[in-house]
Formats: sequence, structure tokens, C-alpha cells
Amino acid sequence: MSLSTETPTQSSWYKRNEIAVTPWLFLIPGVAFFLLYVIYPIFSSVSVSFYDWDGLGEATWVGLGNYEELYWDDAFYVSLRNNLIWLVLYLLAIPAGLLIALFLNQKVTGIRLYKALFFFPFVISQVVVGLVFTWFYDPSFGLLNQFLGLFGIDPVNVLGDERYVTYGIIAAGLWPQTAYCMILYLTGLNAVDPEQIEAARLDGAKGWRMLWHIIVPQLKPATFIAFVVTIIGALRSFDLISIMTNGGPFGESRVLSFYMFEVALSEYGFRMGYGAAIAVVLFIIMLFFIAYFLYSMYQDDKGGR
Amino acid sequence: MFPTPIDKTSRSWQLTYQALLPIALVLWLLPLLAVAVFSIKPDADFTTGNYWGLPTSFELLENYGKVFFASDMPRYMLNSVLITVPTMVGCVVLSSMTGFALGIYKFKSNLWIFFMFVAGNFVPFQILMVPVRDITLDMGLYNTIPGLVLFHIAFQTGFCTLFMRNFIRALPFDLIEVARVEGVAEWRIFWYVVLPLMKPALAAMAVLIFTFIWNDFFWAIVLTQGAESQPVTAGITSFNAQYRAAYHLMSAGSIVAALPPVAMFFLMQKHFIAGLTLGAVK
Repeated sequence: MSLSTETPTQSSWYKRNEIAVTPWLFLIPGVAFFLLYVIYPIFSSVSVSFYDWDGLGEATWVGLGNYEELYWDDAFYVSLRNNLIWLVLYLLAIPAGLLIALFLNQKVTGIRLYKALFFFPFVISQVVVGLVFTWFYDPSFGLLNQFLGLFGIDPVNVLGDERYVTYGIIAAGLWPQTAYCMILYLTGLNAVDPEQIEAARLDGAKGWRMLWHIIVPQLKPATFIAFVVTIIGALRSFDLISIMTNGGPFGESRVLSFYMFEVALSEYGFRMGYGAAIAVVLFIIMLFFIAYFLYSMYQDDKGGR
Repeated sequence: MFPTPIDKTSRSWQLTYQALLPIALVLWLLPLLAVAVFSIKPDADFTTGNYWGLPTSFELLENYGKVFFASDMPRYMLNSVLITVPTMVGCVVLSSMTGFALGIYKFKSNLWIFFMFVAGNFVPFQILMVPVRDITLDMGLYNTIPGLVLFHIAFQTGFCTLFMRNFIRALPFDLIEVARVEGVAEWRIFWYVVLPLMKPALAAMAVLIFTFIWNDFFWAIVLTQGAESQPVTAGITSFNAQYRAAYHLMSAGSIVAALPPVAMFFLMQKHFIAGLTLGAVK
């Protein structure tokens, strides 16, 4: 490979600047695609949110009109409230995942298969999870009500009752999300330093104290990722709501992502500007988390090469 | 190892644990098992209200046969494959290049470009929806498979770049320096030195992308409409509308739709988990 006999004076401009130019050549296709389909649309959406537009005809400038309408829109507050409920309750996936991981972190025959089967719910699509849970909650034949019936409890129509519907959908969402957190913690537990555990054991640490003081701190990277994916998952909740209730009953299970879709692209009309305004609000909520994630990654990165 | 290894605990706890494992698993997968049972029951069981009793007859072939031969399901499955596979290839190509550029070279805007990819990857889909739908319409690709594929490639490149860049940064940098001293051209370093080392990362990424894209529902309903281009996640809703209240068929259809990523997961388990848990261990 070292056959190049050119002297530096003969070499081309490219040869001389190879190390500076190469990364850009490698970046151009990916960056161009990403700019077109992800970065530009963000700005475009923000600008659409200042217009009244049905997606086809002329757009009319309405300034902050869409945001003002949002301020008086009850459905918006219901969605916002549900988003907060999702955010808080979805985080339960993290301790639940840790618990299952601790339960499965053993070396008995067949444990690999058990781990894989426990992880199963994460692999199937949310659409199927939604269908499965819709039937699970069914008031006439669903397993949940069969089970409650054993204790003499009257059937509960989880998805038809505005008091329970959001919680019912979140429970369905927690199923795959817990599986994801579990796999993160199983990997994390694998890498826990055995010497520290032995040392702590000699000091008499056991059970919860050992878990809290020795194990959990070492699982910090896994916890961080679990936190990131769970927050993103909570704010992206759309599939389950669309499949299980379509926002109902009476719009009580809507979240911002679903409400936005409903306003902009469903039979309720094509109000692109209003939809974009809802998306901007959702984006701003997400932005706080994105900033936090990037900051953490930046702190981490400084340590590297 | 934490918790205490089971073979170092009392005999009674060992037995309890062995018994708890299958019970916990059945409870965990109960909603899914119910659907599996539904999918082999005959229609009559549902009309007579025999939901949870033993099936009066065993109709596995009949039910799944209907899904495969008497519905649009095969078409939806084919669409899913035609969407998923090109996306996988596109993402692997683009992100091994971006990952290489951001992982190996030092230049001023490196971290900013990297953060652009990462941040874009976290963005809510809805903020992209209206413009992406417009772009797709303008290119005449609305309700086509390429329209969906192009967007998926672009969006997933964000995640894949994060993945690739971190993987490449963990490679021994000496290898590249040695090659440079030898006078190897930069693109040859990419092709002959870095790419072969990236094989495990490429495999992990490919299975993850397969699963993500196969399971995508939102973009499928935003960018496509009919059986000629919709993937199976969107198709299953029209399938269900067609067989309303035919629970045995809807269950069989759901299982068929869910199967490919599940098969992928079991075949490539090691890569799949390595991909999902990247960064979970320092």
C-alpha cells in the first residue's frame, strides 16, 4: 500500500487537504438528508403555526391566532394534562424493569430463554400491543374482568370510562417499556463490579441497603438511558391511543401528539396551522428534555478522546 | 453477582425460585397468550360465548389460512418488507459514513453536527408531520413506498449516527494512525480498516432498524393510504374493520403482523440486545 512515490509538491489539492476534506465528503449525504427531512421541517412547522391553512389552498397569516385559540381550547388542556400523567406514570417502567432484572439475574438452566421471553413485549409493534390490551380490557369477555369477577367485582369498562381510560392505556404502554428497561438493567447488572459486592458483603451490607448503596450507583449509565427512552416514549405515545380508543371517550384519552394529528389530518378537518401550533407546544416540552440529554452527553464526552 | 446466586441460597428458596419463574412468565405474557388461544378457536366459540373455555375444535390452519389467502394481509406484509429492507440498507450506508466522519476526525463543528443528529432523533414526530407530508406530496411520492422509505432513512440516520459514532470512537485509534503513516488514503482506511471492524455494530443496527420500521404506525398512516402501499401495522386496522368481531381472525392477523420482528429478535438476539443496550455499561 505504500507505493505512493509522489513528492508533496506534486500532490493534488485533494491529497494535501485529505484529512480536512474527507469527513465532509462522508458527511454530505447523511447531513443533506437529515436537513431536508428533519431540521427544515421543524422550522417550517413553526412558521406554519402562524397561518390558517387547510393544506391545499392559500394560507392566511393569523399571527399568534392559533396560539390564542389554543389558550381557550379545553381539549388542549385535557391533552396536556394527559401528557403529564403519561410522563409521570411511564417512569414506573424504570423501577419495574429493575425489579424484573433483579429477579432474572440468575444462572439457572433456561434463564436465557426466560430473559428473552420477558423481553418479548418490546419487540412486537405497539399496534398489536394496543389490540391485545383492548381485548384484555373488554368488558364482556376480557381477561381482566374475568379475573375481577373471581372476586365478585362488577365488570369495569376501562377504555369506555373517562376516569380510567388514560391509566388503562398507560398500563398497556408500560408493558413493553418495562421490558426495555429490564434489558438495560440486565446488561448493567452483568457489569457490576463483583469485588465491590464482596467487600460490601464482608461489611455486612445485604438486601435493600446493598441494592441502594452499592448496586444502583453502578447502574447509573443504564438508568440514564432508561430515563431517556422512557421520557421520549411517554411524549411519543400515539399508536396505543389511536388503536385502543381513538382519543375517546369524549376525547378524554387524547394527548398532544394525538390531538395534533386529529386536528391536522383526520375527519375533523385539515387545520394544518392549528395542528402545527399544538406540535410546537409539544416540541417545546420535549426541548427541555433534549437540552438536558445533550448536556449530560456533553459532560460525558469531555472525558473521552 | 447481585442478587446472591441462587445456588448459594437455601434449598427452599431455590425450589421457590424455580417454581416462581414459569408462573411469573405466564402472568407477564398473559395478554399475549390469550390472543394466541383466540387465534386457534373456531368462529362458533365466539358466537356461543365460549371465550375462555377449551376450543370446541382446533382451527389453526383454517384461521391462519384465511389470513393468508382470503385477505389483503400478504400484500401488507410484502409492503412492510419493501419498506423495511431498503430503509435498513440506506441507514447502514449513510450512518456508517457519518459515524466514520464524526468518530475519527477532529474539526470544529464535529460536536455540533453530532448533536444535531442526536437532537433531531428525539424530536416529536408531530413537529415534522405537516412539512414532511408536503415534501412527499411535492415529490409525487405520497402514498408510495419510496416516499415512506426516504423519510425513514433520513430520520433513522439520526439514531444510527449516534450509534455508529460512539462505536467507532471506542475502536483503537492506533490502527488508523498506523494506516495513515503507511500513506493509506482516507477512504481506503474507511473501507479496509474501519468497516470490517464495524461488522457487529452494523448487524446490531440493522436488526434494530428492521424492528423500528416494521413497527412504525404513525408515518404509515400519515404518508400512505391504501393496500397498495400501506405496511402491515396500518393494514391491520383495515383488516380488523373487514372482520369486525371475528376475534379468531383478528387475533391470527395480529400474530402474523407481529411475527417478523419477533423472528428477527430470536435469530439475532445477541446483536439486538447489544444494540439496544449500547451505553448502558461504561
